[in-house]
Amino acid sequence: MTQVALPPGAIVADKAPPPFSILDYEGNLRPDIDPSLVPEIPDADCLRLYREFIKLRLIDDRYLKLQRQGRLGFYMQSTGEEATQLGVAYALKQSDWIYPSYREPGIAFFRGYSIHDFTNQLFGNAEDPIKGRQMPVHHSFRAGNFVSISSPVGTQIPQAVGTARAAQILKHDTVVSVFFGEGTTSPGDFHVGLNFAGVWKAPVIFVCRNNGWAISTPLALQTASPSIAHKALGYGFPGLLVDGNDILAMISATRIAAARARAGEGPTLIEALTYRRAAHSSSDDPSVYRKGKDDEVREWERRDPVARFSRYLERKGILTPAIDAQYREELTEEISAALKHVETVGVPPLISLIEDVYAQPTAQLREQLAELLTMPRQKLGHG
Amino acid sequence: MPKMSFREALNQAMSEEMQRDPNVLLMGEEVGYYNGAYKVSQGMLARFGEKRVIDTPIAECGFVGIGVGAAMVGLRPIVELMTFNFSLVAIDQIINSAAKIHQMSAGQFKVPMVIRGAGGAAHQLGAQHSNSFEAVYCNTPGLKVVMPSTPADAKGLLKTSIRDDDPVVFIEAELLYGETGEVPEGEYLIPLGKGDIKRPGKDCTIVAYSKMVGLALQAAKELEKEGIDVEIVDPRTLRPLDEDLIFSSVRKTNRLVILQEATPHSSFGGEIAYRVQKHCFDDLDAPIERVASEDVPVPYALNLEAIVLPDVARVVAAVKRTLE
Repeated sequence: MTQVALPPGAIVADKAPPPFSILDYEGNLRPDIDPSLVPEIPDADCLRLYREFIKLRLIDDRYLKLQRQGRLGFYMQSTGEEATQLGVAYALKQSDWIYPSYREPGIAFFRGYSIHDFTNQLFGNAEDPIKGRQMPVHHSFRAGNFVSISSPVGTQIPQAVGTARAAQILKHDTVVSVFFGEGTTSPGDFHVGLNFAGVWKAPVIFVCRNNGWAISTPLALQTASPSIAHKALGYGFPGLLVDGNDILAMISATRIAAARARAGEGPTLIEALTYRRAAHSSSDDPSVYRKGKDDEVREWERRDPVARFSRYLERKGILTPAIDAQYREELTEEISAALKHVETVGVPPLISLIEDVYAQPTAQLREQLAELLTMPRQKLGHG
Repeated sequence: MPKMSFREALNQAMSEEMQRDPNVLLMGEEVGYYNGAYKVSQGMLARFGEKRVIDTPIAECGFVGIGVGAAMVGLRPIVELMTFNFSLVAIDQIINSAAKIHQMSAGQFKVPMVIRGAGGAAHQLGAQHSNSFEAVYCNTPGLKVVMPSTPADAKGLLKTSIRDDDPVVFIEAELLYGETGEVPEGEYLIPLGKGDIKRPGKDCTIVAYSKMVGLALQAAKELEKEGIDVEIVDPRTLRPLDEDLIFSSVRKTNRLVILQEATPHSSFGGEIAYRVQKHCFDDLDAPIERVASEDVPVPYALNLEAIVLPDVARVVAAVKRTLE
């Protein structure tokens, strides 16, 4: 209750509108939806997207189990947040750049990252595309314009604006999309990045996966804003509140944001409303801080992005149980093959230690390695 | 050879490189319309236009991050920090991103950028404006760290740094901007990791860099009156380090004084001392001496600041101690 009246000139944020959503929870087109906002997607693309959905689900289930069995050191799931990733992936061009956070493996897959590379990265082995340098789930996929994932949250936001600014300078028709969670709207990098982008009308799409939880910190402890999308207003561009579990709405919103970027109209902040159904990472246990919130979890399971899309496709006659079964079988086999393969792959060679620290290894790095190789060595492991 | 100031030499290096390579650009606070807080970018906006000399909002973590993102897509940004005192606001971008992205992505993404600006104490600027942070950056694999002492070195090293494929931290002593010296014209490149003998001598080696080279030269003059002939080694690039030049000098003089403006604890001078005792143990005829700032934040009051910073008298005394 406001007790102190504000003077003329006061600016107060409005309440957040309901999010933009095209599919209801049963996978029907919402009756009041403007048909021009419903994206036209060829059947083959629908099936391709569906297959990516299933890929993400199967991988998340299987790899978390591996972690629990002690075969994998660390894992991060994106279960329940697949539509947010895949909607953006589908709406952008392959030449557009992605600055991911750690819950967008779907975009790398959509752009051609293989289950083999994904798996080798998790194991940090000799075939890991990044040579055992980063924690699991921190992929780099240059061929897919998918930038190396940063652990400190938010550093990717100014960098994405830098790439967008460079695209303006180089006159490239590139749009840059950068992902982060709602917790990342608190550190300075978020605000600095949005501010620069607004000033320069940079061709960038900020995608906030608002999944409600930053490890154990709920949204209410993160911001007093009526929505994350509101924050864009302070930087001079629009914020879109979107149902992040509705792939059609995500595609439609991203296409609009990309069209604005390509037309020189500047950045857009998309707040994708979704929910982190799993733990933050394999090192986290949400039962400690989500006690008594079973209803919340169940409600978001009801809004499951995969089920909504599959019902929609079934109703349109695009997806059949036979196709679904075929995808699951093929993908399970691919995953099994990748996991079987990692057992045959060795560890990264010691010489790789001095590679890539600089564009060319310095003389001192070479001397350091030579000296290291002559030193006595502690045995790895418990033996 | 034309004579010019340190700031003019830096300006010439940037302008020549921007002329040569359309992917080179300059960005930072007030680099355009204001011609730079220290006028290093004088006239560059008029010459190269707003797309290549970019005035940014005031947020170091922002424009250093912008530089990282622009470098990854193929540009070669020169990011000017008004002073390195403010680099701490951007330190995550410098140490966790710029320095590591090439390694973390196994060479998939390159970050060819120069982060440059003023460093060190000037006159009475107090604790937060008088920092010497080179040890912080030298402690980071993936970065190169350059600290020139003369206008000619400033030009030759900056041109090389701009062409380098790795991120380079380029620290310019604020009090050197007005110093003048002869500067070679046109294509003048000094390789990173190559030091220079600023004064040959036989009795004692002084390792000094950046503004401290001037102090060492003054001390050398004083010592000369007493018949003491010092050799001054300027590594110029702190990382990678031309240790062989230092070792060969110490093997000749058998004595070493390290001169730095930074505070002593965990500093760059400690690294030099480690390497020299490791490789020249039998060559040393006296303990290694170090002249540094007192181990306190730099104060504002004139008398206190003066006694905290290294001076000629202390360098002279340190050299004499090695000869006792």
